[in-house]
Amino acid sequence: MKRINTLNTRDLAKSVKNGGCGECQTSCQSACKTSCGVANQPCENKNSKEQ
Amino acid sequence: MIHQYKMNGYNIVVDTFSGSIHSVDDVAYDIIGLYGNTKKEDIVSHILDKYKNNASINREEILECIEDIEFLKDNGKLYSEDIYSNKAFDLKNRNTDIKALCLHVAHTCNLNCEYCFARQGNYNGENSLMSFEVGKQALDFLIANSGNRVNLEVDFFGGEPLMNWEVVKQLVGYARSQEKKYNKKFRFTLTTNGMLINDDVIDFSNKEMYNVVLSLDGRKEIHDKLRKNLAGDGSYDIIVPKFKEFVEKRNGKNYYMRGTFTHNNVEFTKDIFHMADLGFYELSMEPVVCSPSDPYALTKEDLPILFEQYELLAKEMIKRKNKENDFTFYHYTIDLNNGPCIYKRISGCGSGTEYLAVTPQGELFPCHQFVDSPKYNMGNVWDGVTKTNIRDEFKLCNVYSRSECDDCWAKLYCSGGCAANAYHSTGNISGTYEYGCELFRKRIECAIMIKVAELEDDKN
Repeated sequence: MKRINTLNTRDLAKSVKNGGCGECQTSCQSACKTSCGVANQPCENKNSKEQ
Repeated sequence: MIHQYKMNGYNIVVDTFSGSIHSVDDVAYDIIGLYGNTKKEDIVSHILDKYKNNASINREEILECIEDIEFLKDNGKLYSEDIYSNKAFDLKNRNTDIKALCLHVAHTCNLNCEYCFARQGNYNGENSLMSFEVGKQALDFLIANSGNRVNLEVDFFGGEPLMNWEVVKQLVGYARSQEKKYNKKFRFTLTTNGMLINDDVIDFSNKEMYNVVLSLDGRKEIHDKLRKNLAGDGSYDIIVPKFKEFVEKRNGKNYYMRGTFTHNNVEFTKDIFHMADLGFYELSMEPVVCSPSDPYALTKEDLPILFEQYELLAKEMIKRKNKENDFTFYHYTIDLNNGPCIYKRISGCGSGTEYLAVTPQGELFPCHQFVDSPKYNMGNVWDGVTKTNIRDEFKLCNVYSRSECDDCWAKLYCSGGCAANAYHSTGNISGTYEYGCELFRKRIECAIMIKVAELEDDKN
């Protein structure tokens, strides 16, 4: 596209199907301890196929 | 829902529900802003009028751009609908195996930091240390309640956990001895003020601790103003050499140099850059959480300065990328390709459900920030969670339980925010700590901008 560059991102809608294994890190456990954010956590589901 | 913003020369469009991010030129940015509530012909005339001095912008160009936008829309990457709110995410009945514990091995501290939410380590209670027996029971409780989860996290926290170091080592040894038997993998972390770091702590931690969180507020005068020992002396000169040795010997294993900024240092990037100048490169800096009446509390007037600071930090990180003085910042480390799934984004940090704090006496609390609130005592490591109503309350505390989050574009990045911050600012875990939200949104804008800059840089 000429005027629009789309970054590669995980498709959240598709992750409805393959997500939810729960192996990922608990959000604030190891760094901030005072706020919540989940965006910096990598997915640890080795079977995630939607990407 | 979409969110459009301009930063550092980039025009950025975030599509909330698909997670898509687009870097667009001025024309596309304007069209995206109009699309959906303006007729196509009106978009064309509006854009032609706005760009009348730009000969390359004609009707065909505009229609082509609209086609591209419609293609993205049809493919679920722009103006995507919220398909999650009414989905069958039965949050109350969802399986919430426990996968992380914050072990308060020491409710005492050798520093007397003024802003400490643990109230100088004891959370408004008696000074105490966790015994090996209590810790062992906590680990057994975690294993028994973790279902099929393999990765289990245990953070040694306090107070100051190094004041109970021998127990920490014994507990790590015990946990390792159970891993094979139960098919579990423990990831240990240690959060320390650094005062008691010695060779044994360094060697053991660098072997066993998946991550270490080292508390440093930045410049000496800033750090020493609030992080003092019991005699009132600053701790900077004692801890910085220890942290340097600790990090040097980690051989690339994870750590975070973690600071707190307050009203005393709203220009907190100076403290981040100071940490980088000291040679540390995995950095985290958090806004203080305290009563608005505290003299160091962040104020409304600080907010625009903090926004500028976050932008300044992002721009500086782009400049330093792949250079010798490069560093990472916890809140800007977002994984767009392999980030969390929608379940994680909706359900949040897991406090009170997947994540619990354990006091030295073995009591269970929803997280480390609730330990000074007796009404949130959920049970103990022998009997388990006995007040299941508290767990259920936390199960339902998520991005869709907060009406304030309905229109927020960033809700799937924060998953509704910190329950403790909400509780301490509104008295309700399902409230919202608006000041924190403002800062969070700014941080995510900056983090995304860095990713956009990387994309554009690669292209050029």
